[in-house]
This record gives sequence, structure tokens and C-alpha cells, in this order.
Amino acid sequence: MRTLRFLLQKEFKQIFRNKSLLPLIFLMPIIQLLIIPLAADYEIKNINISIVDHDRSSFSRALISKITASGYFVLADYGNSFEDAFKQIEDNESDLILEIPVGFERNLIRENREKLFIAVNAINGTKANLGGAYLNKIIAEYNAEVRLQWTDPERFSPVPKINVASSNWFNPYMNYRFFMVPGILVFLVTMVGAYMASLNIVKEKEIGTIEQINVSPISKVNFILGKLIPFWIIGVFVFSVGLFFVARVVYGIVPLGSIGLIYGFLAIYLVALLGVGLLISTYSDTQQQSMSVAFFVMMIFLLMSGLFTPIESMPEWAQVIAYLNPVTYFIEVMRMVVLKGSEFKDIIPHFLKMIGFAIFFNTWAVWNYRKTS
Amino acid sequence: MPEIVIKTKQLTKKFGDFTAADSITFEVYKGEIFGFLGANGAGKTTAMRMLCGLSRPSSGEATIAGFDVYTETEKIKRNIGYMSQKFSLYEDLTILENIRFFGGIYGLSDREIEEKSQHLIGLLGLGNETKKLVGALPLGWKQKLAFSVAILHDPKIVFLDEPTGGVDPVTRRQFWDLIYEAADRGITVFVTTHYMDEAEYCNRLSMMVDGEIKALDTPSNLKKQFGVASMDEVFYELARGAKRTAD
Repeated sequence: MRTLRFLLQKEFKQIFRNKSLLPLIFLMPIIQLLIIPLAADYEIKNINISIVDHDRSSFSRALISKITASGYFVLADYGNSFEDAFKQIEDNESDLILEIPVGFERNLIRENREKLFIAVNAINGTKANLGGAYLNKIIAEYNAEVRLQWTDPERFSPVPKINVASSNWFNPYMNYRFFMVPGILVFLVTMVGAYMASLNIVKEKEIGTIEQINVSPISKVNFILGKLIPFWIIGVFVFSVGLFFVARVVYGIVPLGSIGLIYGFLAIYLVALLGVGLLISTYSDTQQQSMSVAFFVMMIFLLMSGLFTPIESMPEWAQVIAYLNPVTYFIEVMRMVVLKGSEFKDIIPHFLKMIGFAIFFNTWAVWNYRKTS
Repeated sequence: MPEIVIKTKQLTKKFGDFTAADSITFEVYKGEIFGFLGANGAGKTTAMRMLCGLSRPSSGEATIAGFDVYTETEKIKRNIGYMSQKFSLYEDLTILENIRFFGGIYGLSDREIEEKSQHLIGLLGLGNETKKLVGALPLGWKQKLAFSVAILHDPKIVFLDEPTGGVDPVTRRQFWDLIYEAADRGITVFVTTHYMDEAEYCNRLSMMVDGEIKALDTPSNLKKQFGVASMDEVFYELARGAKRTAD
């Protein structure tokens, strides 16, 4: 215990004297939390639409004003040539074309039916899909309004109507930030923790002080603990800044579930994550090597964690990777506890797996750190 | 017969096909200053790292302070001090913090650390520098400090790997005063060097060539044996036969 105390004193002094590390520890998380959620937003807005209106009737104008009033679309062009509109798609000025045929109004009144043509630029698949879906929904609504004006649906509609009413639970306004911010909090704790831990032992290798440690009677476990505990504390600190200042003050996110539960999980998660960093450190000879490997591992951990994309839609082999990834579980737990108010009994499997990860990575790191080569 | 503190027999270290240290056999006595000479790449550092428990021998036997280099490395580490070629105190800690840290990890009590710090700072004349980061000290002072820290816990043996490389002659002289003082306190000093004037200060010397020990005796006997006037010439005589090129 006494040895550990001396090790910790030394580590903390070194961390607080490192002029480049401190801003990284304290500023990076705040900046990341302020910037990333704004950019990582799947709600598609500002879809550029070109409308080719061959009809120019009051009905076509009503449809167009309904589309532009929706807030999702920006009218990029209004004309009467499909070729012109297509050129705009080619020039990337437009994402969607809606073609209203000649006689739209007339046919709608006389024959009670009409066809519209939608062309979608599918280079950005998500934008195209969602844009097409929004547009379809607007046209369907428009259709319903027209029917309502002309007919009495109760009496004349031969088709029985089923109304599907959906209500959004846990995030009623479908605010994407509520979904992203807890995940991004995990993201940045992971970055700060893993990078710093991966640099730590290897730094001593590079400057040669590790020899002096290896020739001393310090035990391996003590030495690794001395490296782990300071970053564990910094990880908890960074997380708290993110949770209480940025998430609460800037985004108004207050965890629905227990804060204690979140911290309990964080505590174990950090042990597992720092274990990964230390493990990389024990395998590397230079800080550059360590940084490159950490970068590679973190990239996979973060992209395969379900932070940005649902794990269920990954191919099966990728799902295996995702479920072997500690980050996945922390993001799940964060979203469950913060947004849904899940309780301890709901996340027991997550706890068990994380304890497994923590034991696995740290045992491996201690085993691989050799005082005698 | 003086007490033997280092004893090796056929000690060998191979890296793949390359035999860095080849069947080294020698003994070092308590309180002795034992010089370990050899050209660059002759295998001195490899041999020393085996003796310190930093590197596992490929074959052969060795006991350090009575402990086996294969099975009792942690016990060896409690009984030795080591100063590597590379400066290895923490440059981002102050002098006092370094002393405190290394004292602490060798299990010295707070009171011992306090006393030793004061004694050391007085001895080295660093009274005005105690709050300075070690990185800001001149090399000569760093080396003297590193040596003092290496023997802070009164080890049985201290291993010094080229402790005076790049240090000016006056400071080298002061450094050797510290070594003598340590030897007087009964600490065995095992030192590698490239300076032949320093070789003359040693009680006994070994010369390593191509991983093997080619000569071992007192400086005066070695000179007699090779029929030359200075240690410089002994070194040339032996190192000339080396097949390995210096690194």
C-alpha cells in the first residue's frame, strides 16, 4: 500500500506538470460534446427539391406550398422541364425532383385519380430515403385533404379505414440529441482514457525510467495500479463534467434513472477500458507505435459500438465484433439509464460482461508487462 | 577469504543466433570496486542486465547477493542498486521528489527519506536547487544525483553502466569520490566504463571481447601480464582481436 501511495503521488505530479496533457484532458471533452451532437444528427433537413410543374394550376400550387411549408424541403428550382431539373441533380444542386403532369387538376377532379413522378438522387442513401419518405407522406396528406373536401368519407369510402396512431416513448419529441449526447459522453471518456493510458507505460520505456522501475522491488500489480488509478480518477472527472455541465446545461438532459447506477457502471467500464490502454502500452516500444495502435483500436471500438448506427442492422459477423466491444455495453447502459430510467436489474447482464472485460484486459496487461525480459 | 557477492558460472545470453554474452565466469567480493571493461558491443550491458535480473540468461548460473538470477530476481532487486546508461530519474520531478519516490518504493520510512534527502543534498551541494526539476540540471549533477539515488536504500551491490559518459573530468573525479565513499560503506560497486583512467581506480578489472571475458585481474597485474605501461595499452592489446564491429 505504501508503495502504491508513492507511485500515485509521482503519477499525479507528472500529469499536472504536463502542459500539453492538461488542456487535452479538460478542454477536449467539453469541445467534443458541444460540437459532435450538432453534426451527428440523422434528422434530415434542407433537402433541395426541384419541382417540374407542367400543370400550373391552383391544385399544383397548393401541393407545392404544402411541401415547402413542411420545413424539410428547400425549393431549389421551379420550372417546366424535366431535363433542366435533372441537370440540377447532376450538378448536386438538387436532391429530389417532383414532376407534376399536365392536367393534374383536371384529372384529379374528373377522374378522381392522378399520378405524380418522384425522382431521387440516391448518392446519399439516407437523405434520399428519408426525403422520398417525407415527400410521400406530404403527398398522402394532401391527398387526404382533397378527398375530405370532395367526399364524405364516412358514407362514400368503400375502404375500411385503419388509423395507426403512434406515440414516441422515452424521447417523445424524437430529439436526436437526446439519443446522441449520452453516447458521445461515452465516446469521449473512451478517447481520453484509452489514449492516455496507452501512452503511459510506453513513455517510461521511451525515456528509460522503466529500467529503474524494473530493477526495483515494485510489484507488477502495484506498478500497473499506479498507472491505472490516476486515469480512472480523470475519467470519472471528465465524465462528470460532461454529464453535469454540458449534457445538463447545454442540452437539458437529466438522467431519468439513478446517477449512482451510471457511476457504478462507469467505474467498472473505466477499469476495462484503461486495461485496454495499458495492454497496448505493454506491447509497444515507442509512444508513436502505441498511439497508432490505440487509434486503430479506438476507431473500431467506436464505430462498432452502435453509437452512430444500430447494431441490429450490421451483418452478423460485425455484430459479433460489436458484442465483443466494451464500448457497446456502456453506450447501451447510458441510453437505457439516462433516457429510459432503467434500473439495476435491467442492466445486470451488462454489469457482468463489463466485469469480465475488466478482468480479462487487466490480467492480460499485468501478465504481458515483464520486469525481466 | 572475503565474502563473495556476485558469482557467475558459464553465464550465457543468446538473441537468436547471436551470442551476446558467452560463458561468463567470475566472482566479485564484498566492498570491492569491480571494473567491467570492453569495447562497444562487447556484451557488457547484456551481462549487467542479466546480473540485475532485468534479462533472463539463456544458460549458465549466477547468484547475486546469494540469490539465484532465474528464480529469485525479485529478491535480487531488493538488494541491488542500478544506474543505467540512459539517465533514468524522472526529469519532470524535482530533486527532492525523485529522492522521495525512489526511497519510498524501496520501503524507506518517511523519517529515513527525510534524513537521507538532507544528507544527500548537503553532500552533493544542491541546497539551492532542491525545488528545481531534475531535467533542468547539468548532466554532471544529474549523474551524481542518479548514483546517489541508486544507493539510497543501502544496497549490497550497485551496478553502474557507463555512469560518467559525457561528463567533464572534474565532475568525473567527484563522481569517483562518491563511488569510493560507497565502497567504504561496504557497498560493492560493479562499474562499466570506457575511460582507462577510471579503470585504474578499480580494485579488479575484467575485459570483455566478443561476449567473452578475456582477462581478469588487478590493474597492475594486467599491465604486468601484457608487459605494457598503461591500461590504455592493455585495452588496445585485447580489443584489437575483436571480430565484432562496434555499434
